[in-house]
Parts: sequence; C-alpha cells; structure tokens
Amino acid sequence: MSTQTEKSPVIGKKSSPRSEAFKTFMKRLLKNKAAVIGGLVILFIILVGIIGPFLSKTDPNAQDILNKLQPPSKDHWFGTDNFGRDIFTRIVFGTKLTLKVGFLSVLIGGVVGIVLGIVSGYYGGIIDTLIMRVMDVLLAFPGILLALAIVSVLGGSLTNVIIAVGIFSVPAFARIVRGSTLQVKKLEYIDAVRALGASDGRIIFKHILPNIMSPIIVQATMRIATAILTASGLAFLGLGAQPPEPEWGAMLSDGRAYMHNASHMVMFPGMMIVIVVLAFNIFGDGLRDALDPKMKQ
Amino acid sequence: MAKKELLKVEGLKQYFPIKGGFLGRTVNHVKALDGISFTVYEGETVSIVGESGCGKSTTGRAILRLEEPTEGSVTFQGTDLTKISTREMRKFRKDLQIIFQDPYASINPRQTVASLLNEAMHIQNVLPANERRARIEELLETVGLRPYQADRYPHEFSGGQRQRIGIARALSVDPKLIICDEAVSALDVSIQAQVLNLLEELQDEYGLTYLFISHDLGVVRHISDRIIVMYLGKIVEIADKTSLFENPQHPYTKALLSAIPVPDPDAVKNRIVLKGDVPSPIDPPAGCRFHTRCPFATDKCRTEEPLLRTTSAMKGEHEAACHYIEEIAAGTMIEK
Repeated sequence: MSTQTEKSPVIGKKSSPRSEAFKTFMKRLLKNKAAVIGGLVILFIILVGIIGPFLSKTDPNAQDILNKLQPPSKDHWFGTDNFGRDIFTRIVFGTKLTLKVGFLSVLIGGVVGIVLGIVSGYYGGIIDTLIMRVMDVLLAFPGILLALAIVSVLGGSLTNVIIAVGIFSVPAFARIVRGSTLQVKKLEYIDAVRALGASDGRIIFKHILPNIMSPIIVQATMRIATAILTASGLAFLGLGAQPPEPEWGAMLSDGRAYMHNASHMVMFPGMMIVIVVLAFNIFGDGLRDALDPKMKQ
Repeated sequence: MAKKELLKVEGLKQYFPIKGGFLGRTVNHVKALDGISFTVYEGETVSIVGESGCGKSTTGRAILRLEEPTEGSVTFQGTDLTKISTREMRKFRKDLQIIFQDPYASINPRQTVASLLNEAMHIQNVLPANERRARIEELLETVGLRPYQADRYPHEFSGGQRQRIGIARALSVDPKLIICDEAVSALDVSIQAQVLNLLEELQDEYGLTYLFISHDLGVVRHISDRIIVMYLGKIVEIADKTSLFENPQHPYTKALLSAIPVPDPDAVKNRIVLKGDVPSPIDPPAGCRFHTRCPFATDKCRTEEPLLRTTSAMKGEHEAACHYIEEIAAGTMIEK
C-alpha cells in the first residue's frame, strides 16, 4: 500500500461515461435494421445535397422548350418539365434547399425551444406558467396553418419559411426540455452544486443541459422530417421558395397541371419528399429506442 | 469549556404549498417544519433523529436555503442567512456544506472526480487555478482515495468510494459546518463504520461542526454530542447523548429508543410499540402532535401544545416537550 500508491498504474483504457454510453448506444442502433437504412439514406441525401450540384453539368434552370415534358430517358433520367428543364438536376439542386430548410428551421426552433424549456422547468412558478401557456397557444394551431399564417405576415421567401417552420417547432422542444429539466433538477447533484454556490447559468448549462441531450437529439431528428414536409407544403401552396428555385414542393405544384400526360413531373419530387421524410422519421425512432435506458436489449 | 455559537435556528418553518383546483391555486400546505429552534456550537456534532417525514432533511435543506424557508431565522456566525440576498448567500455557502444520502445521485455522472472538485474550488475561488491539482490529490488522500483516481468517472467507483468523493467535495471549500443528510444510510454496515470514522477524523483535524441527520439511532449514538428528536415537524426532545439514551423523558423518545435492536437473542425487550401511523403533516393534530399515538394522552394534550422545558430530573441542557414529564417519570399516569 505504500510503494505502489504513489505511481499511477498504467491505464490502458480511457473510459469516460460518454464513450462508454456511446458504445452501447451504437450497438443498439446497429441492431435496428430499419434505423440503419434510414441513417444511410439520410447520409446519402446529405452527400447528394453537398456535392451533387458540383457534379452536375447542367443548370437546373436551363430551359429547353423543344424537349419539354419528355418522359424519363437516358439523357434525362427523371424526364423534363413543362419548360424542358431536367428534373433530375432540379431534384439534386433541390436537395440542398430541402436540407437547408430542415436543419436551419430545427436549429432555430431547437435553440429557442431549449432555452424556453429549461428556463420554464428550472425556475417554475409564474415564468413557467407564462411560457407554457404561450406554447399551448402555438400548439393549438395545426402546424401548417401556423406556418402559413407566419409566412403570410412575413412574406413568401425561403428565409421566411425557415423562420416560420422554426417558430412552429419551438413548442415541441420547449415541452420536452421542460419535462427533462424537471426530472434532472430534482437529482441530488444539482443540489450539491447549488450548495457550493454555483450560479443558475452554471447549473443550467454545465449540469442540466448535458444530461438532457438524448431526448433533444431524438426530437431534433424527428422534427427535421416535419419541417421538410411543412416547407414543401408551403412551397406547394406557393408561399415558400419562389420559382424558378428547384424546391421539391414547388416542383410538385408546377407538375400538378401536367399530371395526366406527364406524371413523372409530380412523381419524382413527391417520391423524394416521401423518402427523405420517412428516412428521418425511421432514424429518429431508432435513435429514441437506442437512447432509451429503459429499453431492454 | 466555553461554547461558541456557530448556528442558531429560531422558529424555523417550512410550509410546502399544495397546488390544486382550476387555476392552480394553493389549496393547502404541507407543514414539514413548524417552528423549530435549536443551537449548534462550534466543533460539536448535533444529530437530528426521527421517523421518515418528520422534517429532518427539510431542516438541513432549509438551513442551506436549498428550499427557501417560510418563516424563522437561521443565524450563522451572527448573520441571518434567511435575510440576505441569493448573491450574498453564495459566499456563505463556502462555510456550510452538505453530504447527501445517495452516493449514486449526488455526483454528476459526466464529471471526473478532479473536475468535480476543481469546479467546487472554482465556484468559491478557494485556490489559484494552478495550485488546485495538488489540493485535489491531497483531498483524495484525506478521504482515503488514491491521487491517481482523480481522473476517473463516478461510475468507476463503489458506493462507499463515491460517498468519500462527496465528502471530498464538501471539504474542498474549507467549510465550518457540514450537514450530513443521511450520509451513511445508503451504505453497507462495514462501509458505514469506515465513513463514520473518517468523518470523526476529519472533525478532529479541521475542527468541523456536523449537523448529522439520520434515522439510525445506532449511528447517532456513535457519532453525536447532542441529539435532537423530531416528530412531525416539531422538536420533542433535545439533550446530550448520554442523557438522551439513559434518561429519555418524552414518551416518543422512549418508544424510539426501545426500537433499537439488541444484539442478544436472550435479552428481554421492553419494546414500546406505537399504534397507528404518523398523522399527515397537511393537517397535523391540534395540541401535542404526538397525542394520537401517545399511550398517556389526556384532554390537555389534545388541546394545548406543550413547549420544550426542563425538569429537575434532567441534567444540563436537556429539554423535552411534554405536559406530563414528571407524572410519567413518577408512574402516576395511566397507560391506555
């Protein structure tokens, strides 16, 4: 006990609870086939969104009136639209727009929702009541209706769609974060740092936030799907991305008039929306199961 | 021995509101603490004992303002802690620390021991940053851990070791008073003894004062100088250890002491078994709170609240709150 204590024994592994938890989390996630497929699809879509536009030789807005409404062929994989624009190229360029809307709006909604949720849960009382009642009001509107109202006020553009969809994501985050905060707040280690004289900011950011990240991550993944769907919906109604931007919802809207003789115009953008939304939802489900400590392996 | 007052609690009340109804109005209160007063002197160990829900832990939390007390004062070295702002209170937290019951819940699982102790010193600005590492290793040795364990995470320690980490955290800011809230209740008996001995050694070394909250009379008997017995948010008896264990005056204290297991199968036990449950603290009984379960209760007990008082049979600062201390001692009270 005397000679050996001074020296630190050689420690081969460095096992922080984070890396440890991450390992079990990955093991569980990889067992879930659907989630793995969802994750791969998301990865693929992100890659397409980032590098796709650089690989494409065609301009998504280049018109070729002579070749309009062509069905899928070797030259035009997904066919052409009513202006002769290549639908495949437009979908590749639209991927970036779609992902931008999805991620940015969830980022806005997430940050605002997390702050409101933590403040609400941590301080309680009148602040809590006030914040949560406002959230209830927002939740009372069907999502798309709320986004529609906000875009009508702000004006139709992609930026405003992101803001609108972000705002309507706020209550979902606020509620989840508030619930988790209430749970973590009661733990003794929070009392311990309070007894040491830690400020509220330190307690919230250093001790509560890191311990409620799992539900936030799951919520964010699921919310991206909803955000993409809502943004497409708004574009379809003509309130989102303005033509000639290759937004999937807008493309769907354009193709509506030609649905009978050129069904590929609506089929491909529609298919893409379904695939992406489904991928995010399935992956989110998988994440939730893998992160839930109560689930048996 | 001149005793110096360190902490003086006067008329401390802690009512928790019960919200209900359509608008979430306060419909009632849980009277967890209903006006308790006591003094803790420098360097001593005062224990608070009682059943679950009698307000032991609430007392500790109210003193530290982890829960803002409803009424009363907590004077620490001349300053009333209940009157100062939250900001000023933060400075005082250096002197008043707490060790919790559950060693698994009282440490943030995402912090290494070193970062936990470093944070404590950083918050209270105890040492310049470059001297803290050495202090951390010293602290770990003080509580019986090894310096090389500083960079480990809580999940790599056993319950007893974690409790030592909790003690190290409390010690890291050089406190004067440590509130031990059931600090050994969650540990195995052998580990309990180790941790209790550690607490005693630390008391001698650093001149610490302990407010020891426990339901375990064996532990309390081992560590205390003075003992406070609580029942349903009130103090029923307060005395030094020997007086309380050898000359208990309040019927509740007597019942409580009779429940201590005796490690002798042939010992004749005069167990006083109390009937019924502890009444609800939402609507505590009028008069003496113990009258619903007291074998000696009279009409006076049901209407008039007894105050803490000393009788000729008690030595020193021994006080009990019962109308019939003398009569019970003389055996003239009739048991129901």
